[in-house]
Amino acid sequence: MNHKTPRGMNRRHFMSHLAGASALTGTALALGETLRANATEMKKNQKAAILLWMGGGPSSIDLWDLKPGANTGGPFRPISTNGDVQICEHLPMMAKNMDKMSIVRSMSTREADHTRGRYYMHTGYVPNPNVKHPSYGAVVAHQLGTRRPDLELPAFISVGGGSEGPGFLGMAYSPFSVNSSGRVRNLNLGITPDRIASRMQALKLMENDFIDQRRGIAANEHAKVLGKTLSLMTSSQMEAFRVEKEPTNVKERYGNTGFGRGCLMARRLVEAGVPFVEVNLGGWDNHANIFQTLENNKLPELDRGMSALLEDLAQRGMLDTTAVVWMGEFGRTPNINGNTGRDHWARSWSVLAGGAGMKPGVAIGQTNENGTKVEGQSYSSEDLMATVCKSLDIDLETTFTSTSGRPMKIANSGKLIEGLI
Amino acid sequence: MFPSATVKNLIPMVVLTFGVLASCSVAAVEPAPDKKVDADSTSSQQVTQINKMIAEVWDAYQLSPAKPATDSEWCRRVYLDVLGRIPTADEAREFAADTSNTKKQKLIETLLYDDDYTEEFARNWTTVWTNLLIGRTGGNDNRSMINREGMQKFLRDSFARNKPYDQFAHQLISATGTTAPGDKDFNGATNFLIDKVNREEASLATSETTKIFLGLQVQCTQCHNHPFNDWKQQKYWEMNAFFRQVRAVGQGMQSGMGNVATLTDRDFAGENGNSFDEAEVYYELRNGLVAVAYPVFVDGTEISRSGYVKETNRRKELADLVVKSPYFSKSIVNRMWAHFLGYGFTSPADDLGPHNVPTHPALLDYLGQEFQSNEHNLRQLISWIVLSKPYGLSSRQNKSNSADDPLLGEPPKFSHFYLRQMQAEQLYESLLATTEGVQRTGSYEQQERIKNGWLQQFNRAFGTDEGGEATSFNGTIPQVLMMFNGDMVKSATSTAEGGLIDTIVRSPMSDSQKVETLFWKGLGRKPKSAELSLAKTLVNSNGGNFAEGLRDMWWVILNTNEFIFIH
Repeated sequence: MNHKTPRGMNRRHFMSHLAGASALTGTALALGETLRANATEMKKNQKAAILLWMGGGPSSIDLWDLKPGANTGGPFRPISTNGDVQICEHLPMMAKNMDKMSIVRSMSTREADHTRGRYYMHTGYVPNPNVKHPSYGAVVAHQLGTRRPDLELPAFISVGGGSEGPGFLGMAYSPFSVNSSGRVRNLNLGITPDRIASRMQALKLMENDFIDQRRGIAANEHAKVLGKTLSLMTSSQMEAFRVEKEPTNVKERYGNTGFGRGCLMARRLVEAGVPFVEVNLGGWDNHANIFQTLENNKLPELDRGMSALLEDLAQRGMLDTTAVVWMGEFGRTPNINGNTGRDHWARSWSVLAGGAGMKPGVAIGQTNENGTKVEGQSYSSEDLMATVCKSLDIDLETTFTSTSGRPMKIANSGKLIEGLI
Repeated sequence: MFPSATVKNLIPMVVLTFGVLASCSVAAVEPAPDKKVDADSTSSQQVTQINKMIAEVWDAYQLSPAKPATDSEWCRRVYLDVLGRIPTADEAREFAADTSNTKKQKLIETLLYDDDYTEEFARNWTTVWTNLLIGRTGGNDNRSMINREGMQKFLRDSFARNKPYDQFAHQLISATGTTAPGDKDFNGATNFLIDKVNREEASLATSETTKIFLGLQVQCTQCHNHPFNDWKQQKYWEMNAFFRQVRAVGQGMQSGMGNVATLTDRDFAGENGNSFDEAEVYYELRNGLVAVAYPVFVDGTEISRSGYVKETNRRKELADLVVKSPYFSKSIVNRMWAHFLGYGFTSPADDLGPHNVPTHPALLDYLGQEFQSNEHNLRQLISWIVLSKPYGLSSRQNKSNSADDPLLGEPPKFSHFYLRQMQAEQLYESLLATTEGVQRTGSYEQQERIKNGWLQQFNRAFGTDEGGEATSFNGTIPQVLMMFNGDMVKSATSTAEGGLIDTIVRSPMSDSQKVETLFWKGLGRKPKSAELSLAKTLVNSNGGNFAEGLRDMWWVILNTNEFIFIH
C-alpha cells in the first residue's frame, strides 16, 4: 500500500493541506484543471526516449556485426531478419523486430576504460576534472520534462542501475534509480497530511534560512530535491512502477528477468509521461568464456526483453514518438584472447537506434572484414546523441551555460548520423 | 546552559550502556603509544606554513577569505571529519563553553589521543579506508574472496595504534596469509589484494596499488599509450610484473569464519612458462606486435628479474620502493587534504600524474616532506590540517570569494569552506550519536554488520573489471525519502519509552530548554528565537501535545540542509 496518498485522501485534497509549503512543492501546485483535462491528449504526441544500457561493454561483433569465417569471428552465425540486416542467430525474437531498429556499425570512440567510457557515452563529453557534464537523461529531462507540468514523477528514471548524473544542470535532473521490482523504498510517512504539511512548512523556513546565508549552490539544490520528493510521495502516477499489475501473458512476453521487468516498466513510465527511462542490463564485461555466457545467459535475456518492448511500443502506437537506443560503454576486441574472452575495444563497434522517426531496418556504416576498423565515415557518442536529440525535437542549437559560465552546446556539437534521420 | 554532568545524570541508563561498550571495545585494541600534539612547537610550524602558502594564492587572485567559522560550526566539522559523526549535545556545549584560546588545540588533541576516543577514531578511519581499499560493496557478494570483517580488523588495529603510514602501506602491498579472522594464518591486510590478483593478469592490483598509494593512474595505459598522460604502455606492464608471483586461492565459506581465502607468492616462470631466472610478461602493442616487460618501478628503478620468490619477492620489493617514493607522501597528503577540505590540490585527488598540475604545488611538496620526516604520522598530519586557517573558515561566502567554488568549475583556492554532504556512514553514526548509544547493542563486529546491512540500500556494484560501484546516497530523491520516512529516522523520531524524545520530555528541564537540547543534538548550536517559535507552532499544531511537537521539530532538524551538510 505504499503508493497511496496518505490515509485515504485524494491528491487534490492532500495538496491543499500543503499550501503553506508551496515553495517546496512548486510544479505540483501549479497544476491547473485545464491542463489535467488535456493531459491524455498531450501525452499521445509527446516524445520520449528509452536507453537500454549494456553495462560492461557488450560484444557488438557477436551480436550485430558478425564476421563469419574471419579469424576474429567467433562461433556464432548470422541470420536474416525482417529488416535489411543480419544479426546473431541467438537473437531470434529480435530478428523479427529489426524492422523497427537500425544498426550503426561505424561507431568509433576512444574511451576503452569502463568509468571513462560510461561517462563519455552518456554525456558526449570526455571526463574533465573541472566540469561535470549532464547525461542523456538529464538533458532530455531538462528539455522535455520541464514542459510537462502534469508530470509528478521524476523526468529521468533509471531502472536497475545508476546511470550518470545531471552534471551542471543540477540535482533536480538527477536520475531517479529504482530496481526492476519497481518497489520504491520509504514512500510512506505514516502521519496525517495535516502533519506532513506543518512539518514541511517548518522545514521550508529552516531550509531557506540556511540558503540565505550564502553557502553555495548545494544548499539550494537540497531544497529542490525536497520538493520533488514530496511530489513523488503523493502521486498516483507512482502506479506506473507497478509492473506486477500487468497481465500474466504480457509479463511472460517480456521475460521474468530484471531486464524484462525493466523494459516493461519503461513502457509504463513512458505512458505516464516520463520523457527519459534508462534500463540497465549488466554483465557484458566478458574477458573470459564469452561465447557460452552470451549464448546461455546474456542473449536470451536481452532478446526477450528488448523484442517485447519494441513490439509493445509499436502495437500501442508509441514507437513513432519514443526513441529506443541500445548501447554500452564500448565494444569488445575482435581478437579473441587466451581465456576465450574479448577485452575492451572502442575503435570499431555497433549501437542500435530506432523509433521517434529514425529510419528503421537498416545498417549504417560498416567495419572491415575482421571487424578491427570502421570503413568510411565513423560516428561518435556526440553524433549519436545529436541524432537522438533531433528525433526528440530537441533543438540542436540549444546551448547550456555550465556553472563556470562556459557555453556548452547540446550533444557537444555532434553531427547527425546520415541515413538514420 | 546545562553543565554536561546534569544532563548525563538524567539518563544514567543510556550513559552506562554506552560507557560499558566503549570500555570493552577499547580494551580489544592496543592504546596509542604516541606523543601528544604540541601546539606550540612541532605543529605550529607546519600550520604557519600552510596558512602562508594558502594566503599567497588568495593574494594572487585577490580573494579575501571568509570569516572564521563559528565555534559550533568548527566543532561539528571536526567531529564529522575526525570521528565520522556529529558531536553529542554535551560535547558541543562543552566546546562552546570553553573560553580558553587554546580550545581548538585541546579538542583536536582529545579526539586524536584521548583513550575515550580511540575506538571511534579507529572506527571512522576504518570506514574511510575500507571504502577506499575494497569499495563499499567489496566482500558483500558471495563470489568475492574478500572477508570484509578481516579487512576492517586490520584497519581498526592500525588506526587505533597509529601505525606509521609507511608501515601500513607496506603491509597492505606485501601481505600474505588468510583473509578471515579466526584462521591461524589470519592477516587482514590480505583482503586488499585478494580479489585483485587472479583476473586479467592482476590488472586491478596494478592499477589500484599505484592509484591508492602513489596517486598515479595507469589503468588507461594498459592497452595503449595515453594521449594526455606521460605514462607509456611499457610502464604499466613493468609495474604489473611486480604482481606476477602473487596468487589468491579461495577456500570458500567456513563455519564461524565466513569467506576464507589465502594470498601467497609462488615462483613465477615467466609467461613463456620456463624462464624462472628472467621471468617476463608479454603484452600486445596496438600495432599487434608483442613486447616484453620485467619489473621496473615508476621512477625507473629495476629489480632482479628472477621469478623465484626466495631470490626476489617482487611484492616486497615493490612495497619498499613505494614507501620511499616522493609520490607516496604527496598522495596521502593530498588525500587527507581532500578529506578535510572537500577537494584536494588536484582533481581527482588520486591523480598526481604530470598532466594534472596541482593548485598549490609548493604546499603539496612541503607537506609531503614534512609528513615523511615526521615518521609518516597520520595523526600529526590531521592536526596540521585541522588547525590550519583554511580549514577553520566559514562556509559563508563573501563578495570577493563567491566565484571560488569548485562546483563552478574553478580550481579550489580554499578561501571559504566548501559545503559538502555527509557520507551515508557519517549519517548513520551521527544518528546513533544523537541517541547517545541507545541503539548501539552487540559486539563491535555485530554493530558493523548491522551498519553494513543498512548501508547496502544505497550501494550498487557495476560488476566490471574495474570494480566500479555507485551510491544513491548522493543528495537525490532516494536519500531524501530515507530521511523523510526511513526506518532509522522513524525510530529516531519516535516517542517510544526510553528513546530520545521521551527522555528529553521526561527530564526536569523547561520547555524551551528541551527544544534547545534538540538543537544542540542535531545542529550543535543554540536555536535562534525564530526557531524557538517554530517549535511552539509545531507543538500547537499537535493540539498542544509537547512530545509530538518535539518529535516534529526533531524530524525537521534532521531533514534540513544544515543537518546533512558539513558546513
